[in-house]
Amino acid sequence: MKDDIEKRIERQPDDRSQRPALRDIPVREELLPRTVKTPDGQEIKIDPLQDYFCQAGPTVQTPAYTKIIEDLFNWARAESLWILGFGTGCGAIEMRPLMTPRFDAYRYGIQWRPTPRQANLLVISGYLSVKTLKRAIRAYEQMQNPKYVVGLGSCTINGGMYWDSYNTIKCLDEYLPVDLYITGCMPRPEALLQGFDDLKKLIRAGKGEGANRYAENFEWYKANQKRVIKDWDMPDYNW
Amino acid sequence: MQSLYDNLKTLFPLADFTGQRPDLAFVTVPREQLRPLLLHLRDKEGFTHLVLLTAVDWIEDDQFQLTYLLNDRNSARDIGVRLMLPRDNASMDSIHDLWPTAATYQRELREMFGIDFPESPRVDEDFILEGWVDMPPYRRDFDTLEYSRETYVERPGRETRDPAQYMKQKLYPDGGGNG
Amino acid sequence: MFEWIMIPYSLLTLFIVINYGMLLTALMQKIGARVGRRHGIPIWQNYFDLIKNFGLRTSISHGTMFYLGPVFRLTGGIGLLLFVPTIYGSEMFSNLSFAGDLILALYFVFFGTLGMALGAAESGHPHSAIGISRGLSQVTSAELPFALAVFAVALQYQTLSIPEIVAAQQGGIENWTLFTNPFAVAAAMLSFLGSMMRPPFDVVLAPQEIPIGPPTEYHSSYLALMQTNRAIMPIAKIVVYMNLFFGGAATWPVFFLKVFLIYLFSVFVGVAFPRFRVEQSVRWFLIWAVPLGVVAIVMV
Repeated sequence: MKDDIEKRIERQPDDRSQRPALRDIPVREELLPRTVKTPDGQEIKIDPLQDYFCQAGPTVQTPAYTKIIEDLFNWARAESLWILGFGTGCGAIEMRPLMTPRFDAYRYGIQWRPTPRQANLLVISGYLSVKTLKRAIRAYEQMQNPKYVVGLGSCTINGGMYWDSYNTIKCLDEYLPVDLYITGCMPRPEALLQGFDDLKKLIRAGKGEGANRYAENFEWYKANQKRVIKDWDMPDYNW
Repeated sequence: MQSLYDNLKTLFPLADFTGQRPDLAFVTVPREQLRPLLLHLRDKEGFTHLVLLTAVDWIEDDQFQLTYLLNDRNSARDIGVRLMLPRDNASMDSIHDLWPTAATYQRELREMFGIDFPESPRVDEDFILEGWVDMPPYRRDFDTLEYSRETYVERPGRETRDPAQYMKQKLYPDGGGNG
Repeated sequence: MFEWIMIPYSLLTLFIVINYGMLLTALMQKIGARVGRRHGIPIWQNYFDLIKNFGLRTSISHGTMFYLGPVFRLTGGIGLLLFVPTIYGSEMFSNLSFAGDLILALYFVFFGTLGMALGAAESGHPHSAIGISRGLSQVTSAELPFALAVFAVALQYQTLSIPEIVAAQQGGIENWTLFTNPFAVAAAMLSFLGSMMRPPFDVVLAPQEIPIGPPTEYHSSYLALMQTNRAIMPIAKIVVYMNLFFGGAATWPVFFLKVFLIYLFSVFVGVAFPRFRVEQSVRWFLIWAVPLGVVAIVMV
């Protein structure tokens, strides 16, 4: 994986600072460091982007103590996949039928949770515009280790139908560590169920270590993300 | 619609009239006559609904064309009012006091084409694109393919095929079939 | 007097009830799913979720109160279970019940939600206050008929000790409080629907409600504690109901059957109804359930 990433570093596009900037993007006023007056009259200095968030980046979490316990945990993680209920693109419409009686993903242990704190699978369903990528990164970084990412549809693989768009990214694993791609435009719900089954096999084999990959190559991922998200007003690591 | 056009022609200097369908027609006005014409259409002729406000980039003539599409609900007919603006520093008066929804369309035009509507509420804010520092993307001199190639990393190995040629080769490998 | 042998016996009761609770909650969800013509979650799903949540490698705490929220909740559940007799007449399974444990049971039923409220307020989530206020108002109004019914029963049997109430109901089905004081049981069963947090009263816990209220920020081990409590607490509450109103259980099979049937009552109502809003459910309790409780006290 490391030399795969190095090969990718070589073919990065040129720095876009050569193109003229029509206007600068200032940070929003409420995020600047400043001095405020508290309700009880004190004057304090605050720095919103630093004060509330973790200063350190993500760390690699080693698996549990012995192999047999880690196998037990991996088996439980595979049988209990909690998807974050964030429909990032057009593929969200293919996830809804899975909640209905016809396809019923609940019998595979899959549930949808509304909060990234409780979810351990993020499904990027379809094209990912730059605006959504910023929110998806924020949601992904709030999830707990171990976490998995599944890319749905051909837009996450190579840009798909929007390959010449000014607003969608073309290769999802430059920005988030992806465990599995499901091809299609859009894949049918049966294809999604098959994909989740493959993901379970992957997790049970111990290969679902996307969060650790993210932590190891954090600077590379962050540089890629900042290159396309021009108005970065978040901390570097939103835990 | 022809009778409508004849009525309007007596009141306003309308340039040309295109009757596309019995219930759809387009007229062109000069810039200063837009507001009186819209008021007349809305209040006197019954075109009370603003369907959309959009722009066309005539880069060869160095002009933007704004189209205001109005709809008369009672008689089910549409009229499109066009006006031409010069392409450099394009700006136009706002009509958000006639129809409040026009403010949203004007925000979109400001962001995507660069046509300014100075008095429109919240027209300076980011509408859809966040952090966009380049040329407004709907202009025809913005090369979206080149921008995409430069900004977003591609996965190598993508091929593009013409679907007709590809299927022809697959189905008739020895070159038969209807050419 | 306190005997040390009670501790392993209580732990055994707790173990049986935790397992039964996990299987029963999954079974009830399967029953609800079958009503919706689908198969529903596997019966072992609660175990998988529990192991998965314990096996999460990172977790984030927002402070002491945040950590204590699930602990309070679990304490409420376990406390409720251990202070009422599970199997009447059995030395092994009477747990730590004592005279006056009826008031303690009332207290513990509410204890978990309070702990949740304190913990969630610390979670730093900006909308958690909405969820907490809704949850507390609904639980309070649901608790009121139950308190009235409990007082009616205590007045009827002239005692505050649950084993004595169960003893008074032995000797045949016609001695159950269900038949000797039906108004109290009616009020208590209506309150039961509210405190089980199933439709139509599940707006507080429903995942679709923004932002799922108090449990929003809870994850990994904290969530594992809360899910464990969600398996224990219904069983413990049903044990109290069973002892007070339905004659208690003298053997384990009778216990399993009665708990299943009482839980099924809330599922019957739950699968057929959509949700109430919080003010609608408060109004519903005040109009329908509280007068029944008042009548029960007056008539005793």
